[in-house]
Amino acid sequence: MLRRFHHTQPESFAFSEENRKWAEAQITKYPEGRQASAIIPLLWRAQEQEGWLTKPATEYVADFLGMAHIRAYEVATFYFMFQLRPVGTTAHIQVCGTTSCMICGAEDLVEVCKERIAEKPHQVSPCGRFSWEEVECLGACANAPMVQIGKDYYEDLSRASFETLLNDLQDNKKPLPGSRKGRFSSEPESGIKSLSEMARQKDEFSPAVSLAQSEGAS
Amino acid sequence: MSDLRKIIVDGIETEAYGDMTLIQVCEQMGIEIPRFCYHERLSIAGNCRMCLVEIVGGPPKPAASCAMQVKDLRPGPEGAPPQVKTRSDMARSAREGVMEFLLINHPLDCPICDQGGECDLQDQAVAYGVDFSRYKEAKRAVDDLDLGPLVETHMTRCISCTRCVRFTTEVAGITQMGQSGRGEDAEITSYLNQTLNSNLQGNIIDLCPVGALTSKPYAFTARSWELEKVESIDVMDAMGANIRVDSKGRRVMRILPRNHDGVNEEWISDKTRFVWDGLTNQRLDRPFVRIDGKLTPCSWDRALEEASHMLKSGNVTSLAGDLVPVEATYALGQLTDSLQGQKECRVDNVDLPIGNRSGYVGTATIEDIDVAKRILLIGTNPVNEAPVLNARIRASWLAGCNINMIGEPVDLTYDYKHHGTDLLSLQKLARTLDEEDLTGTLIIVGQGALQKQLENSALSIAMKLAQKGAGLLILHTAAGRVGALDLGFAAEGGLDVALGSAEVIYNMGVDEYDIPAGPKVIYQGSHGDRGAHRADIIFPAAAYTEESGIFVNTEGRPQLALKASFPVGEAKENWAIIRALSGTLNSPLGYNSLIQLREQMAKEFPHLMEIDMIQENELQPIEVTVGNNAEIENVIQDFYLTNPIARASAIMAELSYRSKTTTGEINEAAA
Amino acid sequence: MLADKDRIFTNLYGMDDCTLAGAKKRGHWDGTADLIKKGQDWIITQVKESGLRGRGGAGFPTGLKWSFMPKNSDGRPHYLVVNADESEPGTCKDREIMRHDPHTLIEGCLIAGFAMRSNVGYIYIRGEYIREKELLQAAIDEAYADGLLGKNACNSGWDFDLYLHHGAGAYICGEETALLESLEGKKGMPRMKPPFPAGSGLYGCPTTVNNVESIAVVPTILRRGATWFSSFGRENNTGTKIFAISGHVNSPCVVEESMSITLRELIDKHCDGVRGGWDNLKAVIPGGASVPLLPKALCDDAIMDFDWLRDHQSGLGTAAVIVMDQSTDVVKAIWRLSKFYKHESCGQCTPCREGAGWMMRVMERFVSGEADIEEIDTLLRITKQVEGHTICALGDAAAWPVQGLIRHFRHEIEEKIIREKVPA
Ligand SMILES: Cc1cc2nc3c(=O)[nH]c(=O)nc-3n(C[C@H](O)[C@H](O)[C@H](O)COP(=O)(O)O)c2cc1C
Ligand code: SF4
Ligand code: FES
Repeated sequence: MLRRFHHTQPESFAFSEENRKWAEAQITKYPEGRQASAIIPLLWRAQEQEGWLTKPATEYVADFLGMAHIRAYEVATFYFMFQLRPVGTTAHIQVCGTTSCMICGAEDLVEVCKERIAEKPHQVSPCGRFSWEEVECLGACANAPMVQIGKDYYEDLSRASFETLLNDLQDNKKPLPGSRKGRFSSEPESGIKSLSEMARQKDEFSPAVSLAQSEGAS
Repeated sequence: MSDLRKIIVDGIETEAYGDMTLIQVCEQMGIEIPRFCYHERLSIAGNCRMCLVEIVGGPPKPAASCAMQVKDLRPGPEGAPPQVKTRSDMARSAREGVMEFLLINHPLDCPICDQGGECDLQDQAVAYGVDFSRYKEAKRAVDDLDLGPLVETHMTRCISCTRCVRFTTEVAGITQMGQSGRGEDAEITSYLNQTLNSNLQGNIIDLCPVGALTSKPYAFTARSWELEKVESIDVMDAMGANIRVDSKGRRVMRILPRNHDGVNEEWISDKTRFVWDGLTNQRLDRPFVRIDGKLTPCSWDRALEEASHMLKSGNVTSLAGDLVPVEATYALGQLTDSLQGQKECRVDNVDLPIGNRSGYVGTATIEDIDVAKRILLIGTNPVNEAPVLNARIRASWLAGCNINMIGEPVDLTYDYKHHGTDLLSLQKLARTLDEEDLTGTLIIVGQGALQKQLENSALSIAMKLAQKGAGLLILHTAAGRVGALDLGFAAEGGLDVALGSAEVIYNMGVDEYDIPAGPKVIYQGSHGDRGAHRADIIFPAAAYTEESGIFVNTEGRPQLALKASFPVGEAKENWAIIRALSGTLNSPLGYNSLIQLREQMAKEFPHLMEIDMIQENELQPIEVTVGNNAEIENVIQDFYLTNPIARASAIMAELSYRSKTTTGEINEAAA
Repeated sequence: MLADKDRIFTNLYGMDDCTLAGAKKRGHWDGTADLIKKGQDWIITQVKESGLRGRGGAGFPTGLKWSFMPKNSDGRPHYLVVNADESEPGTCKDREIMRHDPHTLIEGCLIAGFAMRSNVGYIYIRGEYIREKELLQAAIDEAYADGLLGKNACNSGWDFDLYLHHGAGAYICGEETALLESLEGKKGMPRMKPPFPAGSGLYGCPTTVNNVESIAVVPTILRRGATWFSSFGRENNTGTKIFAISGHVNSPCVVEESMSITLRELIDKHCDGVRGGWDNLKAVIPGGASVPLLPKALCDDAIMDFDWLRDHQSGLGTAAVIVMDQSTDVVKAIWRLSKFYKHESCGQCTPCREGAGWMMRVMERFVSGEADIEEIDTLLRITKQVEGHTICALGDAAAWPVQGLIRHFRHEIEEKIIREKVPA
C-alpha cells in the first residue's frame, strides 16, 4: 500500500503539556545524542493525541528530536501502525487476516466490516465513527480470529459475537476485551490441562482485561 | 592496521588487504563484478544483490561482494587461502535471478529513455538477463517527482538502489531525499516533493544506474552514441574539475565529470554541468570597432589595424580575466612587454603576493583536506566558491575533522565552530593557536580574506600559522588566476597602480570589473557582457570549450583542457588573436602554433607544462601586518551568475532566481 | 506430558498473582544475586551445558552466542537487546510471558546482561502489544522499586538498567539487525552481516539480541541446573518449550511442554485433538509462517524439535503450530502467507522486494486456478531466486512456505488450474 501524508492536514501540532513531559522522559532512556531512538514512541504518542498521524505532528516530533523531516517521514510511512489519514472517531477496527485467523473465520469478520462500516479499508463510515482495515498477524493466534481496537484485543470471535461487539460500540458501550468464548486467556477452551494449581486462584479477569476495565470498559 | 592476505579468486591467487571488499579485490584483478547499488564514493548499501559471488566453504548461499571484506573470509582447510568464485553456477544464477527481478517492474521503454545506450541496467540485461519475461502480472507504476529544472524523474524506472539518497545525504549534505513506505511500494522521494537545495544535485543523474533520474536540460536532445566526447577542465571555479564535454556537430550538448581523485573525485557542481546553454547565447561572433560611439561590426583586418594604432597611442595596461587559459595570458604578457606596458590579473583587487607561490597558492593540496584533523576557513564560503571542494571538507568532517571558521556565517552543510567575522577575531584565534603544534591543521583562505581593506593582515596571520605546521590553501574563484600569477602577470602595487597611468587597456576576458572611464579599451572575449560594453574594439574569442588550454587550479596543479568544439562565427582562439595582433604591430611573437607557444613557455615556466603535477611551494611568510579591524566578507553573491557564460545561460538564470526565493539557513556553531 | 513442577512459566495463563510478590512466591528472583556472583563464565557455561537453543526461530545455541561478546571492554558499552517483536504468524508465546509472567523475563535480563557485561538492556516489543507493554512496564517499575534493577541491581554488585521500547507495526523488526535499526530510530531495514551485532550492534556497540523466551528461561535453568533442563527433549534439542497451537484443533492454546514431544501428543493432550479427529488432519505448519508445512503423512510421526523438523524439510521455528484440517484450502492458506510477506518486505533488497510480490501474485492466481500448470515450476524457480539471495532471512521465509506447498500439495494446485480450464 502506498503510504503518504493525507491530502488534508491540520495547521499545526503541539504535544499537550503532559505528553511533552512524557516525551522528554522517554528521551532519557537512550544514550546522549541518540534521542532519535525515541521517534516511534513519540510519533505514537502524537497519534494517540490526535487520533491519526498528521504532517504537522510528524514534523513536530522530528524537530523535537533534532531529526530531518524526511527521516521522520520515512519512519511514519514505514510502520503501518501509523494512521496517515483520519480514522473512525469511535473505533478503528483492525481485523487480523493472516493464516491462523483466516482459517478460523477472519474473512467473516472482514465481511461484517464491509457491510457495516465501509466497503473499503481505511474508509471512514458515513457516520464518521468507524473505520476498519485488515492487518497482519497480531500475535494472538491461539485465540483466533481476533481484532484489535485501540489498545485492546478482542479474541475468539465469530460473526455473531463480532456483530454484538460492533453493536456495543455503536451504543457507546465500552465492551470488555478478551475472549468471546469465555476463555481467561490462552488456555484450552475445554478446560485447563496444565498449571491447574493456578487455575483455582484466578481472578475474574486476566490482567490485560483488568487493565481495560480499570479504564472504563465494562 | 590493514594487513595483506592471500585470497583466491576464480582460481587465481592474489594478495589483498583485510579491509578491502571483495568487489575491490576483483576490480584490482580486472575481474568485473556487476553492480547497481555499490558506488566506491558512497556508503555500502548492499541492496541490489547484483554483485553476489560464491564463497567456497562458506554458507551455502552467495555473498554480496560489495560488502564482504577479505578479513571476514574464513581460510580453507589447513589454512589455505579463502576462495571466491565470481563465475560459478551459484554466482551466475543468483545474478540472473536478480536481473529478472529488477526487470519485472522496470518499464521496457529503452527506445524513449534518455539513459539508453549508457544504462547499467540495459547493459547488464544483455549480459545476464534472460531473453523472455515470465512475469505475467501488471507492472508497477510510480509517480514522478518534480525536482526542479535540472533533474528529470521517471520514477517507474527506479530500481531503489538508493544511490541518489546516499549521495544527497552523505556528499551533498542535504536531508531532503529518502525512501518512504516499504516493500514493493517503497518510493524514492524528496520530502514532499521539495526541489533539492544543493548545487551538487546534478551528480545524482550520473549516479542513477537507470533512467530514473536524467538531465532535464539535455532531455531528448541527443543519443549518447552520436556525441563527440572530449576531455576538458572546468573553469566555473578555480578547483579545476575534470570534465568531459560532449558535443554534436558544433554544439556542446552536455558536460559530465571525469574522475580525478586529487581534484573533483567524480563530482561537479550544477554550474559546471549545466552552464552549456550559456555557450550559445550572447556570443561575440565577429570583431567590432566603435564608430561614432557605436560598436560596429567590422573585419578582423580592420579591427587588428585599429587596435594596433590604439596600442601605439599611449601607455598600455593589459588585464587577464578569470576564464582565460595560461597560453593566452602568456602571449598577452609578451605582447604587453614589447609595448612596455603593465600587466595585471588581480582584477578583483585582492592582495595576492607577487612571486610568492606559497602566498598565492599555499602549501597544501586539495587532497590534504581528506586527512586534516582540523580545518580553519577564513573569508570563504566554499559552498559558493567551490562546491565540490566543500563536499570534500564535509567528508572530512564526517570522518571526524573539526571545522572552524572566521567570516560570514553560512550554511556549509556541516557543523563548524564560528569564531567571528572580523580581523580581530582572527587575531584572537591565532593567539590561542600559537601555543599549539598545528600539524594536521589546514587553513583555507578565501578571496574574501584577501580584500584590499584587510591590508594583507589575514594572509600574513595564516602564513604565520602555517609556519607552525599548518597547511595553507588559498581558495581562488577564478580559473585563470593562478596560472596568470605563475606567469608574473601582475603589477607591483596592484590594479590601481596598473590602471593609474593607463591610456589604453587591453582587456582579455575581464567581465567582473568595471573599467573606469578614461582610457581606450580593447576587449577580447567570448560574450557580450560587461567587458564588451565598455570596449572600443572587440575581438571575438573562443570560450573554454572551444580551444585547448592549460589552467592551473587553486592548489597549483596545471591541467590540460582539450578543444571540444569550434569557436562561434569569426571568433578565434585567444592565443591566436594575440599572435595575429603582434604581427599587425610588426613585432611578431615567436610562434605560429599553440604547440610552439607551449614549447617556448615551457622553457621559461617549466612547471606549467608538467601537467597534473603539483609543485611543492616553500613557505615564504609575509610580514605580519596588524591591519585595521575590518569585516571579512565573502566574494560571491550569486553562485549561479559568476561569469559571462553563466550569465548567458537561461538555466543559470532560473536557478539564480529560485535560490533567491529560498533563504539559506545559518549553521549553528558547533564545538 | 511435562509435569507442572517442571514448568518454568508457572503463570503462563495469568491466573496466578502476576505481581512481583506473586513471582517471588513462585520461586522467581530467588538467590539471583548468588547466581550472578558465580561469575560470567559460570553462567555462560551453564547455559551452554543446558543445551538451550534460541527460541526466536533460528535455534542458535544461546550460551555460545553470549560467549561472542567481547571479554574486555574497549570503552564502548555492551547492550542486551530482547526481541519481543513476536510477529511471526502463528506465534503468540512471548506475549504470555510478558503479560503474565514478566518477572521471568526481567530476572533473565539482569542475569543475561551481567553475563554479557552489559549494564543496559532494551526490550523491543511489537507496537500492537499495548496491554502487554503496560503490564511489562509495570513489572519493570516494580523491579526498580524493589532494587532488583538499577544500581547494584538485586544486591548483585552489578548495575543494570532495563528499558522497554516499542515498535509500530513491522514484522521485519523481529529480524535482529532490523530491530536494532528501528531501535535507533530508523526504518527497520536489516543490516548486512558481518559485522555481527556482537562486534557492532546497537549504536555500533557490542550487542546480543535474544528472544524473550530464550532469556526468560535462563534464571530457572541456573537455579535448577543445566542437567535438569537438558533432561527434557532429545540430544541437541533440549529443554522445555512454549508451543502455540492455532487453527483447526478443538482447543487451541499456548502451552509449555517438553521439547521433542510428538506433534500428535501435543495436539491430543493439550488441544483436545484435531477438529474432526486426527484423520481429518490435512497439514500442519509446525513452526510459524516461515517454515514449510507438513502433510498429514509426516504429521503422524512428527517430533517437535529443531532436528527432526529440519530433517523433514521444515523447521521448529518459533514452535507456532498452525493446524489445518481437510476443509482447508491449503493453497489459499499459503497464499495468505505470501500476502503477509509481500506486505512485510522492507523493500530494501531486490529479490525480496520484487520477488515477494511476484510470488504472491502467482499464488493468487493459483488460488483461483487462473494459471498454467507450467507456472508451478516457474513459481518454484522464483522462490529459489529469492532464497539465499537477500540481506536477511525474510526472503527465505517468504520462499519456504511456497516451496513446501509445491512439494506436498502440487496436485491441489494442478487440480485448481485444471478445474478452471475445463468448464463445468
Ligand atoms: C524476518 C524475521 C523475523 C523475525 N522475527 C522474530 C521475532 O519476532 N522474535 C524473535 O525473537 N526473533 C525473530 N527473528 C529471529 C531474530 O533475527 C533472531 O534470530 C532472534 O531474535 C535471536 O534470538 P534467539 O537466539 O534467542 O532465538 C526473526 C528473524 C527474521 C529473519
Ligand atoms: S532514482 Fe536512480 S539512483 Fe535513486 S534509488 Fe532509484 S535507481 Fe537508484
Ligand atoms: S553492488 Fe553489492 S549489493 Fe548492490
